Amino acid sequence: METKKAIISVKNLVKKYDDFVAVQGLSFEVYEHEIFGLLGPNGAGKTTTLEIIETLRDKTSGEIIVDGFSVDKQPQDIKQIIGVQLQAAGYYPNLNLIELIELFAGLYGANIKPMEMLEKVNLQDKAKAKYKALSGGQKQRFSIATTLINQPKIIFLDEPTTGLDPQARRNLWDLITEIRNAGTTVVITTHYMDEAEQLCDRVAFVERGQIIALDTPDNLIDKLVSSGFERKKEVKKANLEDVFINLTGQEWRE
Amino acid sequence: MQKDIHERNSNSPSGAGGYSNTTATLALAKASFRSIMRSPSAVVFTLAFPLIFILVFGFLGGGGTRIDVGITPGSDVNNPVMGMLEKTGMIRLVKDKSKAEFDKLLEKGNVDAMIDVHRKVNSAAYSVNVVYTSASRDKGGILKSVLNNIFYDKTLKPTVAEIKESTITGREYKTIDFILPGQLGFSLLSTGVFGTAFVFLSLRQTLVIKRFFATPVKRSSIVIGEGIARIGFALIGALFIILIGHFFFGFTLVHGALTVVNMLILATLGVIVFMGFGFIISGIAKNESMVPPISNIVTLPQFLLSGTFFSIEAFPSWLQPISRALPLTYLNDAMRKVAFEGLGLWDVKFQIMILLLWGIGIYAVAVKVFKWE
Repeated sequence: METKKAIISVKNLVKKYDDFVAVQGLSFEVYEHEIFGLLGPNGAGKTTTLEIIETLRDKTSGEIIVDGFSVDKQPQDIKQIIGVQLQAAGYYPNLNLIELIELFAGLYGANIKPMEMLEKVNLQDKAKAKYKALSGGQKQRFSIATTLINQPKIIFLDEPTTGLDPQARRNLWDLITEIRNAGTTVVITTHYMDEAEQLCDRVAFVERGQIIALDTPDNLIDKLVSSGFERKKEVKKANLEDVFINLTGQEWRE
Repeated sequence: MQKDIHERNSNSPSGAGGYSNTTATLALAKASFRSIMRSPSAVVFTLAFPLIFILVFGFLGGGGTRIDVGITPGSDVNNPVMGMLEKTGMIRLVKDKSKAEFDKLLEKGNVDAMIDVHRKVNSAAYSVNVVYTSASRDKGGILKSVLNNIFYDKTLKPTVAEIKESTITGREYKTIDFILPGQLGFSLLSTGVFGTAFVFLSLRQTLVIKRFFATPVKRSSIVIGEGIARIGFALIGALFIILIGHFFFGFTLVHGALTVVNMLILATLGVIVFMGFGFIISGIAKNESMVPPISNIVTLPQFLLSGTFFSIEAFPSWLQPISRALPLTYLNDAMRKVAFEGLGLWDVKFQIMILLLWGIGIYAVAVKVFKWE
């Protein structure tokens, strides 16, 4: 990355529920224009952390600054400059995609052309379709379209590729990379390490509410290898997913 | 594009600078309205149900109610009052019976009321003495309205010829005049309660509201936007029911468009109060399947006891206090007074006040139990 300016800074973030500590003392920074990955098993506290940064959830303690705005004092300002894709979020019932985009444009006070938003995520053919009638990949692309309506500085994507077929997944990677190249910082969670390796500039591993590693994917792999780690099986020049893509083609079937 | 984003964002450093809550509220209202119009259950409850009842009663009712009024022996019979009563087509004047016979009939309710008309001494005016019976309270009530209307006209229009016309064309109390306001009230109750409860529960459960919270929208905008859409939908439904009733079944609108406007104002008040029930139910229901039973607990007693189909005066006396405690009773009552008796909103201020009291109580509870997530 050409710049290393932090756009999100999280210090000693703690989130306690009644008898359970979901996040215990997380600290990390996300740089401008990078794709930052939060990785870790289910229940590690990734989603909780994201939702606290997104101002959707209160924190117990700690300090979070998003593009100069404090989560405690200026949540409204933060909402203006971020785009949020929630895990498993639904959309207003009985509306088609154009109407949903219009709704969000109103909620953000953004003056946009709905069709152009849909074109950005290649859903212009589905403009009159209901969200429910979309395939998994289309739903995720639509969710990402709604995060772009306010031309945000940062977008948060919570497991955007879960449940997608390889073609749809690769297509979404391209979309996310395009969005980053257009100047938007991306924070993403995922369970797929190949995805994190391909997509993320830096990743943080979260385990039991703590960060146990944070670096570029390359550095993390090099470190592991230099510690004497060896794969049990000889690595081939292609994997089964490459075979799948090679056999079934790049284009989508949706 | 990269430049675009940066310029745009750096131009509004405070972020909230150009943000309009009104725009957000209206966007929500528009979305919600579109959604309601495409939701089969909303259309069925608000329009189809009431219209079916109106159709059934409209055709069944035919000529309307018939009221038997006995003429007290010795009463003057050749006077304009009697003539006008007969011409309403719904009042049968019973003559030629003895005082004792009439007393028995009155006691059983076979005669709904007695009338005695005398010309006042040294005057052209008549004095009318009406005796009602507790055995036939609802019909007595109708007669009362009919008489009120006749005298109301008489003071306005002194010539007899004119009275005849306006009486016959405008003030015939038909079944529809009783049924329609009741159905309208019930339609508003269902729209307010079921619609609001389902929408907020499902928006909460499908995380639609959570996604909204990630935008700068205020909570009040969500509630108000949703409210505007629902009130708008309820009013369109009400207007539709009133117009169908008026043009196809002769529903009486004493002052025409003004009466319709007054009815719509009452409808707005009603649906706002009833939406409060919906907010409460969306808060206490754990899932969608719990919404109908809880909503029915709220709507069914009012459907049956609030004078939707029968005048509450026809209920046993122990039941009447319950009826008189329900908000729909007062909405129905006010609607009928406004539509048929031609009263203004100020004349039904008591009913409006009771509705407002209910509203305050319901929203006080709703604020406590309503859940956002």
